[in-house]
Amino acid sequence: MDENTHIIELKDIDKVFFQKQHVLHVLDKINLSVDAGQIVGLLGPSGSGKSTILNIISGLLAPSSGKMIKNGRIGYMFQQDHLLAWRNIYDNILLGLEIQHSLNKENTDRIDELLKKYDLWHFRKNYPHELSGGMRQRAALIRTLATDPDVLLLDEPFSALDFQTRLSVSSDIYRIIKNEKKAALLVTHDISEAISMSDVIYVLSSRPAKVKAVHDIALTLNGERTPLTARKAAEFQDYFDCIWKELSDDD
Amino acid sequence: MIDNNFAAEHKQYLAKVKTKRIKILFWQLFIVFLFFALWEISARIGILDTFLFSCPSDIFALFINYLNEGEIFYHIATSVWETILGFTIASILGIAVAILLWWFPDFAKVMDPILVILNALPKTALAPILIVWIGAGTGGIVAVAVFISVIVTIISAYSYFNGVEEEKVRLLQSFGASKFQILTKLILPANILNLMSIVKINLGLSWVGVIVGEFLVSRRGIGYLIVYGSQVFRLDLVMMGVIVLAVCAWLMYEVFNVLDKMLRHTKKTGNNPKKN
Repeated sequence: MDENTHIIELKDIDKVFFQKQHVLHVLDKINLSVDAGQIVGLLGPSGSGKSTILNIISGLLAPSSGKMIKNGRIGYMFQQDHLLAWRNIYDNILLGLEIQHSLNKENTDRIDELLKKYDLWHFRKNYPHELSGGMRQRAALIRTLATDPDVLLLDEPFSALDFQTRLSVSSDIYRIIKNEKKAALLVTHDISEAISMSDVIYVLSSRPAKVKAVHDIALTLNGERTPLTARKAAEFQDYFDCIWKELSDDD
Repeated sequence: MIDNNFAAEHKQYLAKVKTKRIKILFWQLFIVFLFFALWEISARIGILDTFLFSCPSDIFALFINYLNEGEIFYHIATSVWETILGFTIASILGIAVAILLWWFPDFAKVMDPILVILNALPKTALAPILIVWIGAGTGGIVAVAVFISVIVTIISAYSYFNGVEEEKVRLLQSFGASKFQILTKLILPANILNLMSIVKINLGLSWVGVIVGEFLVSRRGIGYLIVYGSQVFRLDLVMMGVIVLAVCAWLMYEVFNVLDKMLRHTKKTGNNPKKN
């Protein structure tokens, strides 16, 4: 892959939904790109079509017009972990490979390694209800990573967790994504969360959604960047105020 | 696992639970005993007319008689076999149709009002016609049993299938799952326990169908014993039939209850909320 190709590129994407009573214009000429190893945050008021963008990228919805370029495989992560109650953690993680008929030594070895690296190895025979919310979310991420995607689509992956768990899970997930050198598109409505995790943030307007602003998040840190150290960076508050203003100016 | 500091209290607690269980069992048996005792006594002293109500000792004597001749097993086997056929066919057919409805949503929309009407209809009303169409043998009786339970099987299995969270379906789709994979890896395993409870309900409904069918046409079976007894005013025969029927239905239900419990235990599906 040469320098200039993005893993995902949306060019002038429009999406219109037709209903009985009215026509909903959800996306208005969206331009967006995700590069290798980059976490891209997507912020916008609720109902602004953030999830629609994810659905278009993942192929669950077709855009009404515009062009989408994908140079890699997609992995989807949801708000809830959606681990299947009747499968143990290990079998849950195999789900994607089973569906894609790619259960081979190479892939299961990778899963074993991921489980060991991210402290789930001892719980692989346990059932989902026996694990904490944070561990389940980690298991869900490993399930997504098992199919070796190049880019992860994260649809408000922490919003079902309480605040305390949310901070530690978002740190975990950040660490895993960066360790595994994956790209990610993170949809959230939490400004702090977006700044603390993203390399680039797209701010959307309300419906029909346009890209209102794009921020490259550059933070002065002493030491390694994690979502927690990012929150302590001097620039954090400036980004927050700026994006807050952009989101609340909306009408 | 048990904290030793509380071992004595824990023992006490277990003992209490056990005493309570024994107490409840005692009262259950006592009520049954009391019922039969009062029945027998009132018949003996002439409060109850034995011509209309028979009495437990006569019923028991008749039962022993049927048992010695082996005739009772013939009737039990007939009805049990028809019931097993009825609820097996109804369950398989009903679930298969529910899968089709889930697979083709437009087909489901077309079928919806038809199913609603069939469901509202008292199915026994069609029993005589079914028997005329299919014949007065085992076939006709099984058909009545199937018809009574198949509609409700279709409707509830279909609603269970659609009750699976939309996002879980999307999760599988995000891995590129085919419709068949969504069915076998998600929809069916998510509903194993729900399907089991449908089968249990079908078992009861199937007994209704078999007895109704035997009332109408049969020359054998428990339903036949009951209807024959009432026609010749042999109330001991009627009562014996009813009691044998109750025991058979209860034993069959228990078999499925045990299966269900085993399934619940192995499947560990703690969070499978029941719909409807």
